[in-house]
Amino acid sequence: MTPIEATAAVRKTALNAVHRQMGAKMVDFNGWDMPVEYPAAIGCGIINEHMAVRTGVGIFDVSHMGDIRLAGPQALAAVQHISMNDAARLAVGQAQYSALLYPRGTFVDDVIVHRLGEDEYLLVINAGTREKDFDWVRNNTRPFDCAVENLSDDFTQIAIQGPKGVDVLQKLTDANLSAVKFYWVTHGSVCGLKNILIARTGYTAEDGFEIYIPSDETIGARVWKEILSAGKEFGIVPCGLGARNTLRLEGKLPLYGHEISDTINVWEAGLDRFCKMEKPEFIGHAALEKGKAEGVKRTLVGLEMTERGIARDSYIVRDVAGREIGYVTSGSPSPFLKKNIALAYVPPEFAPVGTAVKVEIRGQGVGAQVVPTPFYKRPKKSS
Amino acid sequence: MAYPSDRKYTKQHEWIQASGTTATVGITDHAQEELGDIVFVELPKVGSEVTAGKTFGSVESVKAVSDLYAPAAGTVTEVNGELATSPENVNKDAHGSWMMKITLKNPGELDALLSSADYEKFVAEEGGH
Repeated sequence: MTPIEATAAVRKTALNAVHRQMGAKMVDFNGWDMPVEYPAAIGCGIINEHMAVRTGVGIFDVSHMGDIRLAGPQALAAVQHISMNDAARLAVGQAQYSALLYPRGTFVDDVIVHRLGEDEYLLVINAGTREKDFDWVRNNTRPFDCAVENLSDDFTQIAIQGPKGVDVLQKLTDANLSAVKFYWVTHGSVCGLKNILIARTGYTAEDGFEIYIPSDETIGARVWKEILSAGKEFGIVPCGLGARNTLRLEGKLPLYGHEISDTINVWEAGLDRFCKMEKPEFIGHAALEKGKAEGVKRTLVGLEMTERGIARDSYIVRDVAGREIGYVTSGSPSPFLKKNIALAYVPPEFAPVGTAVKVEIRGQGVGAQVVPTPFYKRPKKSS
Repeated sequence: MAYPSDRKYTKQHEWIQASGTTATVGITDHAQEELGDIVFVELPKVGSEVTAGKTFGSVESVKAVSDLYAPAAGTVTEVNGELATSPENVNKDAHGSWMMKITLKNPGELDALLSSADYEKFVAEEGGH
């Protein structure tokens, strides 16, 4: 297969040439030329990549993600103003899932807030919303004594995900990874590069790490290859956006433009536990307070197909009588559970587990039922 | 991948192998590679009519759903039931994993389709897309 020619408008990560050399199938993802899956000939393909992350380890190029640094005496106050979670709870070296909201309580984007220093925070944001997010953050933090920098082009971000991720990365770093808890960060040398940010985070519903190395083609290619060879004994495979999507779907991790968007609010998305209403103020607070009192008209549920068929993004959901009640935000076969699963918005009366619904697949109502989410939860380990 | 010369091909990446008025239809190795892991194959009912260039079913990978187009008109006499439980067979052996057998309405329709050499050239020129 010959890869498609990238046009000038398409952006590339520093690892682009590496993906092409490995024979990855490339797609345009939010303006980025990214690997969707690697070839079956090297043991890849979405299902194998997915299973490697669930049972062993896989690596992803996630350099298309954006990074915004806030630093200065009022950095915490600035973060508290734009983020719905409570950054005051973060110790230095700790991270939290959160979201940037519009005044009406809907999503600018979801983010991971990392506290890197006493007065220093790093927001990791989505690829498709990089510019919008940076402008939003800059414009809404102007009153604060805090510098806002867009570091999105400074890093090659590599995710090492799966239960064996810790073993692979430990071979390449002097940082003691067993001391880094989930959603904490550390700094250490990685593949000989000094002072690299290492975060125990990810988007796979699995244990894993994300490392931030300088954005440089030669460095990136070297580190990518060193991780692959260090992971060989654990069956490591490179993974594309296809597996990233099925992994995050099984874990019910939201994707911007699907489960969350500028027309969906926090209560509808069910992200209540990341939204700290006890904070005196943040953008969206007032609307969410009002919204909470009024209740929601729709809510995000997990569906499992009970009849033959695969629900896909934007398919219509109907009640058993055939009345349109909602839509699918993400749907796919689940490689780990070997079922066809979906997330969908439906009115709250259809949310109880066990409720039977129909998903319209090419004009036909195909049976599905509401199931508990997340579809997949990683087994708890003592370590 | 060599494309067997005992059959004809379409630009929608199906193959059709005819013997008299009976023909067997499947998708090409190139198609399975493009699709990735195939998880679902939907085939027509035995006895139904298919029309040249029109859809007769669909094939789904983890990522997406694609229509299947009939290379020629005819009546469905048999479908490959194995694909309901083992759709991944198409990834393993696309040219051996047939999808349906039809009685051709007009065997002459096959003359307009691509030879294996022409199809191979078409795939190369299409640049894989």
